[in-house]
This record gives sequence, C-alpha cells and structure tokens, in this order.
Amino acid sequence: MKSTDLIDHGSLRDDIPDFAPGDEVKVHVRVIEGGKERVQVFQGNVIARQGGGVHETYKVRKLSSGVGVERTFPLHAPTVAKLEVVKRGDVRRAKLYYLRDRVGKAAKIREKREF
Amino acid sequence: MAQQAIVGEKVGMTQTWVDDRVVPVTVLRVEPMRIVQVKTSERDGYTALQVTYGHRDAKKLNKPEAGHFKSADVAPGTRLIELRLDSVDGYEVGQELTVDAIPAGAKVDVSAVSRGKGFAGTMKRHNFKGQGASHGNHKHHRAPGAIGSCAFPGRVFKGVRMSGRMGGEQVTTLNLEVVESDAERNVLLVKGSVPGPNGGVVIVRNAVNVPAGQTAKGA
Repeated sequence: MKSTDLIDHGSLRDDIPDFAPGDEVKVHVRVIEGGKERVQVFQGNVIARQGGGVHETYKVRKLSSGVGVERTFPLHAPTVAKLEVVKRGDVRRAKLYYLRDRVGKAAKIREKREF
Repeated sequence: MAQQAIVGEKVGMTQTWVDDRVVPVTVLRVEPMRIVQVKTSERDGYTALQVTYGHRDAKKLNKPEAGHFKSADVAPGTRLIELRLDSVDGYEVGQELTVDAIPAGAKVDVSAVSRGKGFAGTMKRHNFKGQGASHGNHKHHRAPGAIGSCAFPGRVFKGVRMSGRMGGEQVTTLNLEVVESDAERNVLLVKGSVPGPNGGVVIVRNAVNVPAGQTAKGA
C-alpha cells in the first residue's frame, strides 16, 4: 500500500471494464467546443497499458484516413464518458508497438476465440 | 512573515483531477496542533507560536521537556515547532490549530529541510556545464575548469563556487496553490512539489508575495 492511496481513492473510477492490450475499444471522450459539450468516439486498438493506481494510462491506436493516430488516456480520466470493449484481441505481448511498423493485413490483430 | 502558519509532514506526491485536468499534488499530513507557548515581542523580542502535534509518551520526555509541557498544561507531542507570525493576538496556550487555517485556493509558501546530497561536485551543486566528452579530454569531464587568474591576483577569490556539501538546508518554495484542505482527514493537498523527503517536517504559511494578477485567497 502506498502512503498516498487514501487520497487517490477519491479519484479512482469503478466503472472501467476489464480490457487488455490487443482489444479494440471505443473511448467516448467529452469535448468542450465553443462552450458546448459533446461526446467524441475514438475507436481503435489498445496497444499498451502503463503505470498503476491513479497514474495508469492506456494507448489507443487507430487508422484515420490511412494515417496512424495514437492517443494516450489516463485510465481514471473524468473526461472519458464511457469506455467500451468492442473486440478481444489475441496477442502475445503487453506492448504492441510493432504495429506501428506494419500496414494492411499485417497490422491486423487476431480476434480471441473463447471456447 | 505570515498571518497564518501550520506545520505538517510530507506524505508523498500523487495526482488528482481539478476541472478535468490532471493536477500534480503533494500530500501533507497536518495533525491538529496544540499551542504550548505564545511568544510576544515584549517578552521574547518577536512574535511566534510554539506548537506541538501528535502524541508522545510522557515517560519518554526528559525533565526540561516534561516541565515545559506541564507548565503549559498541554499533552506532549512528537515535536516542538515554532511558527513565526505577524501577530499572535487572539492565540492562547492550549488552543488547538487545525488545517482549516489554510483554506483551499490559498497561495502558500512551504518551507522544509531539503534532502542532503552529501559532498557534491560543481555540476550538481552549481549547474556548471562540465567539460567535453571528447576532443582529447582525459578524466576531466565533470571538473569545474579554471577557478582564478595568474600571478595577479595570485590567489583564488573568496566565494568562488566549488564542490562541497549540498542539500540538508532550509528551502522555501513560494506561491504554491492549495488544492484541498480537509480537517476531517487532517490532510492538505498542495499543487506542485515541496522540498525534503517523505516524512519530513514542513511548515506552510500564507504566501508573502503573491505575483500581480493572482489573488491570495484566505490571506
């Protein structure tokens, strides 16, 4: 137990689904534009999870008109309205940075088969 | 000096969310303080509150300490700390101070003894540049270089920056913002970092000099 855990407790979210690198997720981000708030969806593959406690973050990578885009979100960010898991991926490592060097079919993640 | 001051212990750093933004904070544990002695300018030449906090076994006190606590009729605490204030009017011996004295949003100055770095070289101690890694340099990569001239003046001037003991001295960080002040949990969250190691004693005062354009709430 860390000495600051008591303070961190209040910032933790309890509505985070179980997800891992390789999964495809939809991140519903609240954005404020011109005084108005709307929800923007960022859908892509989780390529890394890093850190622990309130500091934990995850990276989501997607292709946006042929260009790879990565965003890092704090796991407990209040700016994320909702986090949805779309697909479970079958991968062998915790950090999927090798996807950055791949294009097309080679950059695909196999879907996990549940029996 | 300051209108308000409290003493606490540094717990550690973490982060919190304020208006959807991550704010780095230092957690300070501020236990209720009991005033043991009020120092006045007439009697002591300056104004301060001598306070104690926490609990110490009365058996473990030496006789001078025991007598001091007894004459004030205050339960013995872990330490005696002096908080210098502009004015001590309205404070009396035995009174309790809590973290409420510094509300959230206030600007504060935080003093503590910095981590001791031991005998440190000029690069660490005075931010000297050091010397090149190559161009024929041999075993002088972190050396200070020249420290004086030649036959005139024939000596090294006083105050030339050199290696030596670093850290372990009182450092004050100015104008930190209080993010949260919670008397229930005895916790003060200050934005940014605070000198010293975790567990170190920290004195928090109202900011002496708030930059123009900013307001000192709760001053």
